Amino acid sequence: MALRLWASSAANALRVSTAATASRPAFSLLRSFSTAVEGLKYATSHEWVKHEGSVATVGITDHAQDHLGEVVYVELPDVGKTATQGTGFGSVESVKATSDVNSPISGEIIEINSKLTENPGLINSGPYEDGWMIKVKPSNPSELGSLMDAKQYTKFCEEEDASH
Amino acid sequence: MNLVRLKGVPILQQLHLEERLLRKSSDNWCIINDGTHDPTIVMGISGKPVELLEIDPVLQDELPVIQRFTGGGTVIVDQGTVFVTFICNKDAVPGLQSYPRPIMSWSSLVYQKVFQGIGDFSLRENDYVLGNHKFGGNAQSIIKNRWLHHTSFLWDYEISNMRYLKLPKRTPEYRQARGHLEFICRMKDYIPRSNFIDRTIDAVGNHFLVRSMELEAIKYPSGTKFQPSSRLLRKQELEEAEFDSRTGVFINGLLRSLDLCSLVNREYGIYNFSNFGHGWNE
Repeated sequence: MALRLWASSAANALRVSTAATASRPAFSLLRSFSTAVEGLKYATSHEWVKHEGSVATVGITDHAQDHLGEVVYVELPDVGKTATQGTGFGSVESVKATSDVNSPISGEIIEINSKLTENPGLINSGPYEDGWMIKVKPSNPSELGSLMDAKQYTKFCEEEDASH
Repeated sequence: MNLVRLKGVPILQQLHLEERLLRKSSDNWCIINDGTHDPTIVMGISGKPVELLEIDPVLQDELPVIQRFTGGGTVIVDQGTVFVTFICNKDAVPGLQSYPRPIMSWSSLVYQKVFQGIGDFSLRENDYVLGNHKFGGNAQSIIKNRWLHHTSFLWDYEISNMRYLKLPKRTPEYRQARGHLEFICRMKDYIPRSNFIDRTIDAVGNHFLVRSMELEAIKYPSGTKFQPSSRLLRKQELEEAEFDSRTGVFINGLLRSLDLCSLVNREYGIYNFSNFGHGWNE
């Protein structure tokens, strides 16, 4: 009963949301799945991390940006601050919501993506490329072992969407 | 769900309470604040005064301007505003994903019940409307395992207060370029104030087991250190924003009059004075 109710209300929400999301690429309204990129690791809170040597790059996933809607504002931390796995480091504003973004890895924040100040929509158009948010010098690379790979994350998203 | 009924609590105090309960509590909450004492402008987290406000009259009339912790647009609130806030754990509502649209959709189900038989209520894009007129504005904050959805309802409003607000750049499509007064409506033309609050509490009771709680019981929790992010803008910030706006207009005008626009553009790239209130992005 609950699922029928939410399916109906979600359908209504999609109808009334369509006009507000007219500025989003049309394909994002037609897709029935989101993309996970091989070689990255993923958190259950829908952030990704790319570990390359002494640098880990962090952003939100395609699934997250698709569900959040058009990102209009990004709040990022200062360089030099500490990111802690599972804890918020910044936020994005989309539709009418601010949503915390949690770091999938701990370490010193060594760079932030300043392009997001003028172009927050990069998170929508390129969540794994130009839409990266912070770069971290990992303090405990073994934390990556607790994250999901692309295949696991894809399955996680499918199960999460199916249960709602 | 814990129900806290307030009356005339200052909006900044309400926002501080909400953010603390969102981040520090593990309970579900419904907060109803029946009016706020003094007229106050409340902007969303990314709001820029120079883009959203007519700063001169705001400064002259010494209207407080708050930047809140949730997203969304700008409102001017006063005794005619009724606030309703839901703060929930992510699994509080069965089958609900804690993303903006599903939360918005769920909230509209609650209010559909409130307005059943009263008016042509619906959720249009992200606003609550009666017919084609907005009477409730929404904003949200979503953290890892909890979400907050709050609404300011226009039970009544002062027409004169509209002069403090510019037409926002980003508007819903259904607004169709209507001015403030053509776009909004008063809830009091449809339902008595106390009736709205009672019906809201009843509608919430269809989803949760509601228990009333006094503000005093949650006002000063022991051992919780918390710094809220909603804040009152300083007069100096507004004055600087107004100065920057006028400086930008002046520089724009000077460059145009000297026909230097294309020269500057060629030499230095596109100059964006939109932050100064008048864009040069034509």
